[in-house]
Amino acid sequence: MTPTTADKIQAGLKKRYAAERRFRGYGLVSVTIGLAALLLLFVSIIGNGYSAFQQTFVKLDVQFDEAVIDPKGTRDPQSLARADYGQLIKKTMRELFPEVKNRRDKRKLYKLVSPGAVFILQDMVRKDPELIGTSQTVWVPADDDVDMLIKGYIDRDVPESARRLNDKEIAWIDALAATGSLEKRFNKIFFTAGDSREPELAGIWGAVVGSFYTLVVTLALSFPIGVAAAVYLQEFAPRNRWTDFIEVNINNLAAVPSIVFGLLGLSVFLNFMSLPRSAPLVGGLVLSLMTLPTVIIASRASLQSVPPSIREGALGMGASQMQMVAHHVLPLAMPGMLTGTIIGMARALGESAPLLMIGMVAFIVNVPEGPLDPSTVLPVQIYLWADTPERAFVERTSAATLVLLAFLVIMNGAAVWLRKRFEQRW
Amino acid sequence: MSTPLLIAVLLLLAAAAFEFGRRRALQVAGPEFRTLHSLPRYYGSYTALWCALPALILLGAWLAFEDKIITILVIADLPAAYQSLSEPELNLIVNDLRNQLSGNVVSRELNLDMQAAVKHYGSLRATSKAALAVIFLSVAMLGMGLAWRKIAPDFWARNRVEAIVKVLLIICSTLAIFTTIGIVLSVLFESIRFFRAVPVFDFLFGLEWSPQTAIREDQVGSSGAFGAVPLFAGTLLISLIAMLVAAPVGLTSAIYLSEYSHPRFRAAAKPLLEILAGIPTVVYGFFAALTVAPLIRDAGTNFGLDVSSESALAAGLVMGIMIIPFVSSISDDVINAVPQSLRDGSLALGSTQSEMIRKVVLPAALPGIVGGLLLAISRAIGETMIVVMAAGLAANLTVNPLEAVTTVTVQIVTLLVGDQEFDSPKTLAAFALGLMLFLVTLALNVIALYVVRKYREQYE
Repeated sequence: MTPTTADKIQAGLKKRYAAERRFRGYGLVSVTIGLAALLLLFVSIIGNGYSAFQQTFVKLDVQFDEAVIDPKGTRDPQSLARADYGQLIKKTMRELFPEVKNRRDKRKLYKLVSPGAVFILQDMVRKDPELIGTSQTVWVPADDDVDMLIKGYIDRDVPESARRLNDKEIAWIDALAATGSLEKRFNKIFFTAGDSREPELAGIWGAVVGSFYTLVVTLALSFPIGVAAAVYLQEFAPRNRWTDFIEVNINNLAAVPSIVFGLLGLSVFLNFMSLPRSAPLVGGLVLSLMTLPTVIIASRASLQSVPPSIREGALGMGASQMQMVAHHVLPLAMPGMLTGTIIGMARALGESAPLLMIGMVAFIVNVPEGPLDPSTVLPVQIYLWADTPERAFVERTSAATLVLLAFLVIMNGAAVWLRKRFEQRW
Repeated sequence: MSTPLLIAVLLLLAAAAFEFGRRRALQVAGPEFRTLHSLPRYYGSYTALWCALPALILLGAWLAFEDKIITILVIADLPAAYQSLSEPELNLIVNDLRNQLSGNVVSRELNLDMQAAVKHYGSLRATSKAALAVIFLSVAMLGMGLAWRKIAPDFWARNRVEAIVKVLLIICSTLAIFTTIGIVLSVLFESIRFFRAVPVFDFLFGLEWSPQTAIREDQVGSSGAFGAVPLFAGTLLISLIAMLVAAPVGLTSAIYLSEYSHPRFRAAAKPLLEILAGIPTVVYGFFAALTVAPLIRDAGTNFGLDVSSESALAAGLVMGIMIIPFVSSISDDVINAVPQSLRDGSLALGSTQSEMIRKVVLPAALPGIVGGLLLAISRAIGETMIVVMAAGLAANLTVNPLEAVTTVTVQIVTLLVGDQEFDSPKTLAAFALGLMLFLVTLALNVIALYVVRKYREQYE
């Protein structure tokens, strides 16, 4: 009997089904790779960053010695501010470890406390000069090396020469820990301070404020201009070469690498218009040029989804074209426009490359007070900290990343909520 | 008065103008206000627009040219000995004057002439500020007055207001064109200056990149080499690695999610994958430097390979992860655009689902997928933060992904971050690189958009 077509197909079926299963497997593997990468990213950042929300503090019984702070007894705020509070801390440390005599050891001992402790004492005295002459228990931030040891990032088994802390220092820290003088507390400094060279004093507040001003400028420019451009192109513009050209331009700008916008900002805003370097104002200008195409494209899509019957109804009632747009189409399209704008803002918040070009990478300690003050932004702060060698900055970089991601989640969540809340099927 | 204060005052004036205009309209119409051509608020808006717009235009022009004109006046007033100085030297002097005026550090002792110039500078600035305030406010008042006088029952206020608003809308929509022109001009001018110092041919085909400029003539290694081939090669290598990750993973996951997966799985997995697109690039860069690069180096050491800690592989892999959602969402669109009738026909002929996808859907979607991949490549080429943080600085001409290479974007950042003088080929080189980057990504985008559009038309 000669094999029929059905037989031939039967013979090949097993192989074909296997190929089918393989093909399906590839797809599943790909999705898994993507999700695994996402998981790895989050695990690595959360794993490195969560510990930065706590910081080790040292308990010191500080004797506010009048002879050191205010030898003349005038209580003059200026001389109080200039007094040598470091001496008070040094004295306290010496009393804690009276056996330390060697000069070099003493210097190491003093370094267990953060240099920021001086300012804490100064602040206390400035607020309450009555403290002078009394003895107070003060919790001050420990040095980042102490913090790292307590958190277990410094390996005690490594030979002494390869460690950041030598055996003596570790012994002191252990002694402090044993008497309950070391404690991990919530790291308020991280959320309230500007940048610093000392990891235990470095915070993201300056960068958050810088990001805020930058985004305000971006929003103030790109939302009205983007909506106006979209309204013109979608509702008024005739179909001709000119509007085609504008459209091609917008689509291309949406795909231009962000760093090129930085070059534009550098040569136009800084060199040509001589606006101040490192200022959120310039950052906002550059970012609004960058987000404008996103806003325009989203706004046009939103305008397009308003059905023509609304327009015809308005025109039929005698509204002018401008009235039809302003009174009927625009309000209906607004939720979609807002959603697109929020997504554009979220992109602008995470953007750093163009801001490097306009000098927003400077080391800035002060929290900016306006859009013209030099400042940096959150993603650039992450970039700056990622470059520093201290181990303590690794966890702070990760923590700053977590904060940035939290902001992005909130913004994107708001966009999704807006879309769900106001989505209309016509 | 400071600029924000001026603007605040102007806003108040405009609000007042609105009210005046509205009242005036009602007043001229008398009891028969039906004889008014437009609603009273249009007369108000017309007055307010005439109050605010000319003043704002004046303010913008003033702020744009104030500094230039004052500088020219100050230089013209300097003693003759200074006039003969070359332009850079003159610029230095003007900078010193400015710094002295704003209380910053000055680079030299100021002699009597210069101190006089500082005074002159200061007085000119003060005059300019006062004049601006006066002229600005009088222009606003004048505009308001003129508009107010025009108000009459048969004055077509609504049409006028709508015409002005339309002009404003048109101006907003042309901003995209100005941005493009701005980009082109800003990189082009500096690039032309660069190509005067370094021949185009040397830049495009030179094999050595060491962007140094001599401070003294006899300095060692003073020549500097601006051959960009190693940068192009490095960029291509990293983009290639990224595409080797993103293209297959993105494409197959798009196929799986749109053709095979359970709707519930798709609803969960697709947004999760899209999170990858929303993560800032600086986070990817940090991830690459902190986690992936050490991982690859340790793995390499286990196999006895010498892997650089800034290997192209680490940067490329992470960049690939970043691009996955980009590729998969474009592929998803394109695959969904293939008509159902093609699928039905193929299945009816007895093909399995994978045969249908491989032999019918993919060939039909190929142009769109190619367009999408081109867009993804242009993304990869222009990506900055990942490579700045995870790739190297040294320009190696190599195809070994385990070595450190550098890219165009990394070099732009390194050349332009920090203090810079604007006349050395070193900084100008960054603009030439920017020009190359812009042209290449522009070409890729134009081709890709054209291909995608052609493809869409095919099935519509």
